[in-house]
Amino acid sequence: MRDLDFLKIFLGILFIAVIVLSFVTGKPVRGYGDEFRIFYYHVPCAIVSFIAFLVNLIYSMKYLRSRYYLDDMKAASAAEIGIVFGVLATLTGAIFAKITWGTYWNWDIRQTSIVVLLAVYGAYFALRTAVEPEERRSAFSAVYAILAFIAVPTFGFVVPRLYDSLHPKDTLVSGGKIALGGTVAVVFFGSLIAFTILFFWLFNLRWRTGLLERSRMEKSYE
Amino acid sequence: MRFGLRGVFKDISFRLASPSSLTVTGPNGSGKSTLLKIIAGLLVPTSGRVRMESDSDEIKAESRRKLMAMVSPEMNFYDELTGAENLEFFMKASGSRLKPEEIEEALNEVGLQGRGDDYLKAYSSGMRMRLKYALAILKQPEIMIVDEPSTNLDASGRKIIYDLMHRHQQNGILIFATNEDDEIAIANERINLAR
Amino acid sequence: MSELTWPAKLIALVVKDFRVELRTRYSLNALIMFALVTLFALGVTFTGQNLTFRIHAALIWIMIYFAGLQGLSGGFVKEEESRTAMALRLYAPSSVIFFGKLIFSLLILTILVVFLFPLYYILMNLEITRIWIMLLVLILGIFGLSATSTITAAMVSKANVKGALFAVLSFPLMLPLLLVAISATTVCLGGGDSQALWDSLKIMIAYPVIVTAVSFLLFDYVWNN
Repeated sequence: MRDLDFLKIFLGILFIAVIVLSFVTGKPVRGYGDEFRIFYYHVPCAIVSFIAFLVNLIYSMKYLRSRYYLDDMKAASAAEIGIVFGVLATLTGAIFAKITWGTYWNWDIRQTSIVVLLAVYGAYFALRTAVEPEERRSAFSAVYAILAFIAVPTFGFVVPRLYDSLHPKDTLVSGGKIALGGTVAVVFFGSLIAFTILFFWLFNLRWRTGLLERSRMEKSYE
Repeated sequence: MRFGLRGVFKDISFRLASPSSLTVTGPNGSGKSTLLKIIAGLLVPTSGRVRMESDSDEIKAESRRKLMAMVSPEMNFYDELTGAENLEFFMKASGSRLKPEEIEEALNEVGLQGRGDDYLKAYSSGMRMRLKYALAILKQPEIMIVDEPSTNLDASGRKIIYDLMHRHQQNGILIFATNEDDEIAIANERINLAR
Repeated sequence: MSELTWPAKLIALVVKDFRVELRTRYSLNALIMFALVTLFALGVTFTGQNLTFRIHAALIWIMIYFAGLQGLSGGFVKEEESRTAMALRLYAPSSVIFFGKLIFSLLILTILVVFLFPLYYILMNLEITRIWIMLLVLILGIFGLSATSTITAAMVSKANVKGALFAVLSFPLMLPLLLVAISATTVCLGGGDSQALWDSLKIMIAYPVIVTAVSFLLFDYVWNN
């Protein structure tokens, strides 16, 4: 536990640094104004929600092998936090869209993809509340999580080629190389690391509280 | 075996060799049906397993289906099909094509002669139970699993199925769950599930 | 008695499902009526309007999708509701059940489209420039919708709430397919750019095949639980 305390302090300092630097450093991208600073938060949120869903996938597959309830609990915890970060990414994106393109929502294919992504994990939780007993619920949600992971990349990477996107291209990656300049890159990756650590911390807390809830339920049955 | 967070039973262990018979007894809710379903491969136990072997080689799950027949009040056939169509379908699905005479013969054996072309919808609950036994007869299983053998059956129906059970336990393995004394007497081994 | 082959068992299941369906109209009635009502509503709303290719394409697929939602889960839900699933699990191999139900959905949707598409063509004054490719798109779309709904239907049949859950679970899996089908149909009707057509067709083949393969691998976890 002591090591984790150190990590929490490190995380606090990192977040303060990222927040301060994201406002005081120069404008991140030419052609956009100060509003582009939101990308320091928007993009890490989107990436972290993707990491969360990846963690959900891994534990879902693990559950089908092990049939161990803790794996299912971890999968569900990851999906919950993934949804929170997904919503944050959507909101920050909408704010940026309002300032840059004049509307909060314009059915850009990227915006649509994240809504589909959230719909998938919304469906995942709808499934969880509708299925009993526990073993069946865990198995079904694991199966659905795996299937969802075929739909999501198809949607995110393949379909957009057929539809136009307003999204700024070549901001992060251009010609296979990372396209961010010096300080911008430092702040961006600092933020990404901070958000990633935050995710794993929340994830750890969430499945442990889940475990406590479960043991309380189990006691009430006896 | 657990349902939700509540365990149904644990620490059950037994071995059966063919020919033999086993009856599972116990109060309502003690998990008799659950145990039978686990043996039939319809439920996966939380821990533990069912092993079947032939000449000390393990029989794989997919091939077990061919060796088993089950009769249970929880198991329904298709209302929209006739009795004969039901038998034909389930036998085809498990891999055998039947001649009409064979179906007729099985129906006779359970006292459903002449009713093969009636829709199941028109069957009484006792007739439905008899049809399940007809399928078990056609299947010629190595292992016959019966949950509450005499559910919905009248005196003549009981006589038919008790004969059937007696005959089966001399050639194969018979496992059934019941709480009725004259049925318990059929089996040569017994497991009692306490609550 | 000789052991029947796998296709023979599959055919037995599909024939059984079809027989039961014809005697009860469990899925078909709701499906066809839903489609008719929708088509009627569209016809009344859009009289005399000149719809773009894209709107036509979207309407056609939205109609097939929503009508499909009424009937596609039927194959599995019926088995659970009439409590026949247990006997089926005991006597039929799960691979036969998976592909049998998939084929059954395919047939139900085909009947729907054979009925609905010509009617839409006549009532909405549709013009099709690439009729053969349109046919191919319809066939692939039917395959895709059946493929993506088979395992979700199996899950829904064992859930406490059925109707709404099927729509909720299937939507994200079907949406990529629907968008691509709409884009391909737009081209077939004469709009869009034909460059996109080939890309769309590729996805319409690959996506359902992958979903079917993965669903099949995972089917036992759903069916035997």
